[in-house]
Amino acid sequence: MQKSVISIGPFHPLQEEPEHFLLTVEGETVVDVDVEIGYNHRGIEKLSERRNFDQATFVIERICGICSTSHPVAYTRAVEDIIPVVVPERAQYIRTIIAEGERIHSHLLWYGLAGHFLGYNTVYMWMWRLREEILDVMEILSGNRNNYAMFKPGGVRRDINADDIPVALKKIDSIIPTIDRLKKAILDDPVLHARLKGIGILSKEEAINYCALGPTSRASGVDRDVRKNAPYEAYDKVDWDMIVTDSGDVWGKAVVRLLEIYESIKIMKTCLQQIPSGEIDLKLKSIPPGEGIGAHEAPRGETFHYVRSDGTNRPVRHKVRAPSFMNLPTCKATVPGSTISDAAIILASIDPCYCCTERMAVRSPEGDRIYTGKDLIRMSREKTAKIKREMGIP
Amino acid sequence: MTRDAVLHDLKGRFREDILDFFDKSPKRVYIEVKPDALVPAATYIFKDLGARFHIASGLDARTHLEILYHFSIETMNLLISLRVKLDRKNPRVDSLANVIKGANWIEREINELLGIDFPGHPDLHRLLLSREWPKGVFPLRRDYQEWDKKAIRDRGV
Repeated sequence: MQKSVISIGPFHPLQEEPEHFLLTVEGETVVDVDVEIGYNHRGIEKLSERRNFDQATFVIERICGICSTSHPVAYTRAVEDIIPVVVPERAQYIRTIIAEGERIHSHLLWYGLAGHFLGYNTVYMWMWRLREEILDVMEILSGNRNNYAMFKPGGVRRDINADDIPVALKKIDSIIPTIDRLKKAILDDPVLHARLKGIGILSKEEAINYCALGPTSRASGVDRDVRKNAPYEAYDKVDWDMIVTDSGDVWGKAVVRLLEIYESIKIMKTCLQQIPSGEIDLKLKSIPPGEGIGAHEAPRGETFHYVRSDGTNRPVRHKVRAPSFMNLPTCKATVPGSTISDAAIILASIDPCYCCTERMAVRSPEGDRIYTGKDLIRMSREKTAKIKREMGIP
Repeated sequence: MTRDAVLHDLKGRFREDILDFFDKSPKRVYIEVKPDALVPAATYIFKDLGARFHIASGLDARTHLEILYHFSIETMNLLISLRVKLDRKNPRVDSLANVIKGANWIEREINELLGIDFPGHPDLHRLLLSREWPKGVFPLRRDYQEWDKKAIRDRGV
């Protein structure tokens, strides 16, 4: 049969970030896939070399709006590995709490997008509604919904207030029943079973050879998780389980992510309850010459940073490796053989890193007025009525 | 195998090829090997020791170029970094992409950003930089000139 090429991207309504997929198809079947990236290349590794060790934290925090914790954790651990030092215990707990909160909201975000890719927008609405609650917890703890700016080499920048901890715990407890309900709805949904099971299978051998990371590898039966293999921060002080399945298909990845949300909630709650008192910062004065490596299990897999110092206050080389860099090439193994309609969700199943910077601002009562949900609904109805009047619709 | 047994085995197996052996901490080991011995050493660590390939990181050290290949043996929490030092005039080292599929993209990236050649790579074209980027200009080299302001203006950026 004659082959044709379908080009998706670099700018496409289904993609939140620019990337270019070239699908070679025979009829409805995809026989080859090629990815072109680089549309978002901002030269951050080079930028980081012109900042000092403290400033570089802020630059790399802005690599991604979703992984705004994972890059600073890996970077600060790489800098601490040069000396080497271990940060105070309270700082370790704070880092763990923020990192796990990020994992919960990132997995919920993926669920929403996956539903959207399948044309199943109910899942999308549910999940993003629930994600707001987690972002509120993060706002209580850090003051920010995203880009928490909590990290610095040698510790954390801000402490968590003792008064906020019970409030955050109560909020987390209040969302667990909702997640339970969503879990049942997803796992019992025949539409999702039909669409996700048995497609885009990544075998264990391919996962190892492509060096796949995170949920992408754990769904293929590779028990690979930096938090377990090389415990750091507070991960070895808390009881939790690594989620591994061996189906390798998109359904497996979805199940791994869903169950990981529960583990993250467990870690976050235990850490909030057990957090010890004490110093939060080592107050590092200077970084000696040398090289350091830091890794952190981000929601999508391991983030890896390599930093070299020559004794000045700036890194000589700062290499950043995001998990999608290793996961994206696995599409060569998973997409060929599937139909065009499945290709979108298979490509999305590795959770390529999207940037989300949307933020609603609530200002103080002295400033502008605050609109409640009811106000917004009333305003929306008034606007609709006005448009109808203008268009002459009864 | 224990950590010491693995390191002892590596030292014996690649005795001729190891130029420097730096045992930094219980979790980190840096081994400098001859560029010719990179593929056999990396293959042994990846296939036989069952290590995971993290990534390679290239660097311009002014006197030479170097690449570090980071591997970790997850069962013993040990990170082994293989270091190769390359001549600035004609930097080249054999490609690992045929052994480790995960090394394909990073070699393309190092090739365009540092100008290191990887003979044997299946498909060594640009990964990140645009097609208009001039040939022979490598942004991560130390002698790289800062952005030419005029060139930016002329391109309408």
